[in-house]
Amino acid sequence: MGMPKHLSAGEIEEFGREMDAIRNEVMDTRGEKDRAYILNIIKWQRSMALYGRVIIFLSLIFSPLGGLEVASWPLFVAFLGLGAIMLGLAKIIENMELGHNVMHGQWDWMRDPNIQSNTWEWDTVCPSDQWKHSHNVVHHTWTNVFGKDPDIGYGVLRVSDEQPWHAKYLLNPVINFVLMMMFQWGVGVHDIELDKIMAGKKTFADAKPMLRRFMWKAVRQLRKDYLLWPLLGVAFTVPVTVLLGLDTISVAAYAFLTVCVGNTISNMMRNIWTNMIIFCGHFPEGVQHFTMEEVEGETRSAWYVRQLLGSCNIGGGKLFHILSGNLSHQIEHHLFPDVPSNRYPEMSPRVRALAKRYNLPYNTGSFTRQFGTTTWKIWRLSFPG
Amino acid sequence: MTLPEKKSALGSFIEGVADAFAFPLRTSHYIELVNPLWTSHAMQARIEKVWDESATARTLTLRPGKNWRSFKPGQHVRVGIPIGGRHFTRTYSISSGAESSDGCFTITVKAIPNGFVSNHIVRQLKPGDYIPIGIPQGDFYLPDAQPVKPLFITAGSGITPIMSMLRTLDAEQRFPSTTHIHYAPQSYDVIFGQELQALERKYKRYNLKCIYTRVPGEEQTEEGLKAQHFTKAQLEANCPDWRERDVYACGPQPLLDALEAFWEKEGLRRQLHTERFRATLAPSNVAGQAGTVMFAQSNCKIVSDGQTNLLRLAEDNGLNPAHGCRMGICHGCDAKLVEGCVRDLRTNELLSEAGQSIQICVCAAVGNAVIDV
Repeated sequence: MGMPKHLSAGEIEEFGREMDAIRNEVMDTRGEKDRAYILNIIKWQRSMALYGRVIIFLSLIFSPLGGLEVASWPLFVAFLGLGAIMLGLAKIIENMELGHNVMHGQWDWMRDPNIQSNTWEWDTVCPSDQWKHSHNVVHHTWTNVFGKDPDIGYGVLRVSDEQPWHAKYLLNPVINFVLMMMFQWGVGVHDIELDKIMAGKKTFADAKPMLRRFMWKAVRQLRKDYLLWPLLGVAFTVPVTVLLGLDTISVAAYAFLTVCVGNTISNMMRNIWTNMIIFCGHFPEGVQHFTMEEVEGETRSAWYVRQLLGSCNIGGGKLFHILSGNLSHQIEHHLFPDVPSNRYPEMSPRVRALAKRYNLPYNTGSFTRQFGTTTWKIWRLSFPG
Repeated sequence: MTLPEKKSALGSFIEGVADAFAFPLRTSHYIELVNPLWTSHAMQARIEKVWDESATARTLTLRPGKNWRSFKPGQHVRVGIPIGGRHFTRTYSISSGAESSDGCFTITVKAIPNGFVSNHIVRQLKPGDYIPIGIPQGDFYLPDAQPVKPLFITAGSGITPIMSMLRTLDAEQRFPSTTHIHYAPQSYDVIFGQELQALERKYKRYNLKCIYTRVPGEEQTEEGLKAQHFTKAQLEANCPDWRERDVYACGPQPLLDALEAFWEKEGLRRQLHTERFRATLAPSNVAGQAGTVMFAQSNCKIVSDGQTNLLRLAEDNGLNPAHGCRMGICHGCDAKLVEGCVRDLRTNELLSEAGQSIQICVCAAVGNAVIDV
């Protein structure tokens, strides 16, 4: 299957040594600049989330459903849209550049008690401890190994022609779309392995403690975005309507709905974006899969080779890389999961040159190419072959 | 540094609701954006002023965040210092008096040769910087109300907690009959030298005896150095009534060891109060140094050859620490280094910062170490 035939064991070991050299060089130069980077991202992210919510509130002033004289559809939509997009971007950065990377332990070296992999909790319904298991331990150790990596199609999609076809995969395009829209929920229940429970390989009782933890997180996430913030919006409208003699109940109801809509837009933005970036990591055309036999007794160097062949990069600018949590450098991330993400761009040309020297593929392309081939593959593989 | 907080039921309810808006963070994380001193999830202090006491010692005036508690003169405080992006924690005595009106306190730090953190504090920190701090701690302080007749014995930067006491006694107008023996290399090395002299002029009952261990311009011999060290004769000469006095001493390890042995022998150990800051052990540079590893949670001591990774070592001896990939990728095995030194087997980097997280699957002990597993 995936492992290259043209390299001898000795050559693979040499390749691994060179990879280690790249890693060590970057790890040795972590310092003040990196700390400033992550603190800056945190500051921007929190400010953007806060201002986004405030701007959503401001849109209530212009709401045509509110009955104030300044009411205007264009202004209302502009404020609501701007606020929702800011909040959405904040959620994207929080999940990708912060949450994902902090929980990989990329920033543990700073020993900053506020930025530690074991205490960080992120703004999504997935509890961080469950995610760290399914992602850091299982997926990163067994990347693209059939029967071991649950991220090959997440137990619901057929993403490789080496996965045996089954009639249920006819729904591939539908499930793909639903998963994209509901992505945080998909990630949220991922470690609970609902597919195994359905297949009878795991009992419901086994999953119960994890489900409880998931519910604990989900309730708080939903309560924040769909109850508390909307209610706070309502609280601002009540005195105004009473003072001006407007219909308090209906204005309050519209205000509640408006804030809910704004928060929904931001959550959906985050779902769609994270889904697109993450699917481009291991599904585009040309990515390799592996069998259990191939990874039996695998050395650290062979693991490097597998990570290189099993991951795909996306080309883009600096802002694109930040918004993707530098998962646009998925290859570097899989080779060096605990190297601070802001260092991946500088490692990328070196890894690429190394791959070329060993005649190994380095799968990269535009966002259109990577996402296009991913989607096409998922549609195509709903049929046999 | 997180803090225990006392709150009324209503207070914690309001805070709980406010925090639910900020979940999974806390409201305090957003308040930090406005003013880092108003946070409750971690306490920070702003550096208001830096002041050089001597060529190597600097006083920092710190304005603490809102959860700060008042301190007793003589107590110390933990400060976190980021250097090269990494967070280091050190403990320093508070040097200001307890009766300050501006809400600030000071620490006085002496740059010790090769002292990584102390040199950074003395040379690099500047007004406007924010640093994490803890709340005041320690049991080295004068009684609040009952009269004391103190004998202070200090050396070098060990004067800092005593300075806090002297300043407080002065401000509270209850300055007692005091003898103060201070050891310093030379007269210009005395931290707070001018202030001590001013106190001497102000209070007849304050007897300051400075003992200089070096003569300027002269080559220091071992015997010459020893001659200035603490002896009974020296004590009798400087403080004849030492048996009646409560002793508060702070300084380097050998001095405190000598004082403790002496007062113990005289049967007056109860009168001696000392403040110690444990010296950080020098990390060994020898790769593969054998020793004993203590797994603290399991209360299990294992002999290490200095080559085997800690995870393997634990497992070979029947322990089962949490772990993941076994090759330093997933951080599933991260554990706290309580004490000692370990070596990252991938880079040969030595890690010896107590309290830091280490990946036990790729670290081996260098000599003795205590791991929180």
